[in-house]
Amino acid sequence: MKVLMFGWEFPPKIYGGLAVASYGITKGLAEQGDVETTFCLPKPTGEEERHLKIINMGQVPVAWRNVDYNAIQGRFVGHTAEDYYRFRDHIYADFNYMQGLDDLGCIQFAGGYPQNLHEEINNFSIIAGVLARSEEFDLIHAHDWLTYPAGVHAKLVSGKPLCIHVHATDFDRSRGKVNPTVYGIEKNGMDHADCIMCVSELTRQTVINQYHQDPRKCVAMHNAVYPLNEEYRNIIPHKNPKEKVVTYLGRITMQKGPEYFIEAARRVLTRSQNIRFCFAGSGDMMNAMIELAAAYGIADRCHFPGFQRGKQVYECYKNSDVFVMPSVSEPFGIAPLEAMQCGCPSIISKQSGCGEILKNVIKVDYWDVDAMSDAIYSICAYESMHQYLAEEGLKEVDGITWEKVGLRIRECYNQLVGRGYFNNDEYLNAVRNIK
Amino acid sequence: MKTICLYFEIHQPVRLKRYRFFDIGTDHYYYDDYENERAIAETAEKSYIPTLTALLEMAREHGQFFKVAFSLSGVAMELLETYAPEVIDLLQQLNDTGCVEFLAEPYSHGLSSLANEEVFIEETKRQAAKIKQVFGKAPKVLRNSSLIYNDDIGALAGRMGFKGMIAEGAKHILGWKSPHFVYSCPLDPSVKLLLRDYVLSDDISLRFNDSSWNEYPLFADRYIGKIASLPDDQQIVNIFMELCAIGIFQPLSSNILDFLKALPAQAKAQNVVFATPSEIISKTKSVGPMEIVHPVSWNDEERDTSCWLGNGMQREAFGKLYNEWLAGRILACQDRRLKQDWDRIQASNNFRFMTTKPASVAMFRSFYESPYDAFTNYMNILGDFIKRVQNLFPIEVENDELNALYTTIQNQGVELNVKDNEISRLKARLEKYEPTVTEQTKEEQKPAPKAKAAPKKATKAAPKKAAKTTTKKKQ
Repeated sequence: MKVLMFGWEFPPKIYGGLAVASYGITKGLAEQGDVETTFCLPKPTGEEERHLKIINMGQVPVAWRNVDYNAIQGRFVGHTAEDYYRFRDHIYADFNYMQGLDDLGCIQFAGGYPQNLHEEINNFSIIAGVLARSEEFDLIHAHDWLTYPAGVHAKLVSGKPLCIHVHATDFDRSRGKVNPTVYGIEKNGMDHADCIMCVSELTRQTVINQYHQDPRKCVAMHNAVYPLNEEYRNIIPHKNPKEKVVTYLGRITMQKGPEYFIEAARRVLTRSQNIRFCFAGSGDMMNAMIELAAAYGIADRCHFPGFQRGKQVYECYKNSDVFVMPSVSEPFGIAPLEAMQCGCPSIISKQSGCGEILKNVIKVDYWDVDAMSDAIYSICAYESMHQYLAEEGLKEVDGITWEKVGLRIRECYNQLVGRGYFNNDEYLNAVRNIK
Repeated sequence: MKTICLYFEIHQPVRLKRYRFFDIGTDHYYYDDYENERAIAETAEKSYIPTLTALLEMAREHGQFFKVAFSLSGVAMELLETYAPEVIDLLQQLNDTGCVEFLAEPYSHGLSSLANEEVFIEETKRQAAKIKQVFGKAPKVLRNSSLIYNDDIGALAGRMGFKGMIAEGAKHILGWKSPHFVYSCPLDPSVKLLLRDYVLSDDISLRFNDSSWNEYPLFADRYIGKIASLPDDQQIVNIFMELCAIGIFQPLSSNILDFLKALPAQAKAQNVVFATPSEIISKTKSVGPMEIVHPVSWNDEERDTSCWLGNGMQREAFGKLYNEWLAGRILACQDRRLKQDWDRIQASNNFRFMTTKPASVAMFRSFYESPYDAFTNYMNILGDFIKRVQNLFPIEVENDELNALYTTIQNQGVELNVKDNEISRLKARLEKYEPTVTEQTKEEQKPAPKAKAAPKKATKAAPKKAAKTTTKKKQ
């Protein structure tokens, strides 16, 4: 089975959770042996893992240029010069009017999330038209709203089924005050999709209710985690036995509910003085949070180490006694799973999608700071609870693997390719045994 | 002749309220009154009252043929007295028919039998006294919370003077044996054991209304038929369940009351009789000792204590609650409110809410969102409770010392009485010498004025008097 996949991020260049999820999904599919994935990226680095074929959208021509093979063959990152010529044969309209074409007739991408994001999204979908004409595939899979237009374009050109993967919706990011342009792009993508994979039931309900999609074509496809590598597993925690550390790790922004963490911290600190609160991450609300902590007079117990990357993230989990994710709306949220891998008990908000597949975590409403502080206090005060959550959480999270996610996605693919439409009820029946 | 021993447990835990850690030390009231009232009213209305009324009818209709046994936990009795006194009324009416036996059980419906002998003995005695006070009969047979039983508990029951205990006829302890005999405790052969037949009991309490069960619907004739057709030597069938199995687990709409009412007539027809536990124990000989090393109970498929003490959180809470220091202090103290709180928070249900086992029985309802929620809430309450106990006496005073002090205080009355008696006895004796005493006093009064003039004489007289009085006392 050949899958044409559109994505915006891919490791090793990680901007957020999307890259990790894209990697896991493709890897899970690759492990089945008979799924060939072609992954289209705006700007690959060339250091991506080779379990799939990468296409560099910045080197797919949209205007015909007469170039010499020998002169250009060393320039390609991702796909090859041979691919380039094949793509060149399938240019479907004259895009010479576009500014900024390079000598190969390609549109350049800045990568990431630049100011002219909407323009890049549009360019991405123009190029998708070339790919859809030149590649052979059975199915299109588009990750996140940035690539929906490309997916829709490819579907309209090729007539193949389109599966879109909703990693987040604008309703999550904006607490309900959506950007109409983004909403439009999302809605259009969903309307054209044959199957909408949502990272949680929570997101699925948003898609059904806010984007008015038929529940039968929406499916909850929960994410998973990769086992920790040797290096991270062997990090030796430096813990002060007399103090407990409670950690928040993520962007410090409205969607993640950092102010509820401060409120909880304030309540805990009225009773217990040997607990520290760590705010790892950066974001637009960071300064406001520092000020809030100072206003409550708990700034000496709250620490803001800033954005953590790579190994630092895992060191942070390992040194913590409690991990808290008070997100107001979290489509999935992979952080608690990573914390659990490091043996750190997690408290998550009920508004987080990952809570649907986790049992050994404490779930509270994001606004219920009393319950949140109570849970923090309990884990810090009662060793048995900490131990139980740490041990059982580790066992549980070890059972959540991308291979299983790959199998589930495969089931959706089979339905789509086999008969052209998707039905969630039949899917649920089919995957009951994948536990 | 086959004998059915029918027994019902009446227990409701006192629901704990949402108690946050910042309430510790400031709020000493732990209960959700609204929820307690609602839950008790609901249970009474849906289950206790209709079932007890039906049992009362059966007892009146069949005279001494129909027999039934009950046990009530002290905390449940308190709740019923407050919120549904009509249930106690009904039980008293049932008691008046003479068909009913009441069993003893720990007051709190807690797990003290697994932790602290003294606490267990104290609360069981207290419960037995309460039963005697309300129903006029002192229980002779013991039933532990949720039928928790092992050899040690059996031996303890023997020491407390009970003739028998009822326990779970769990498969893993019975093996090839049958629960339809009377066994005895190996450590104390005078304690006889009645073992629950969990198949026949659960037919009613768990499966009666289950339409997917292959024996559904269950009728009284077939049910009694099953009992009547047991092998000849198997005479005793112990059917034990919670009273709220009828009406709550199995809704009244399943006609379970009609089933119940039909049982005595069918039994008569098929030559099966009813008896109370103590009747069976006094009439029947034990066929042999039943060794039970690890505690069994009637909960879950495992029939052990794992639903209360299965995970680390439950064990920590259990360890802190039955901490020897704490238990000793509470036994020693006189604070009624503290003792009542101790009874209420001991209830085994509080531990069951913390279980992380997958729920095998759908009947079990938790009012907490998760086991962690239950644990957090309980530990907060326990934390406050322990603080109160700590505040009661200085921490540095050892329990033994405290006990000694308390014995002194308790014995004060007795000692004072003894001393009063002694004094009156001495006074009586003194009266015999009354004349000399009056003379002496006269003498005493006389030299007093002289004393100023002749102090030497006075000082000489004083020791003489003192000597005389002491000799008198010695006499």
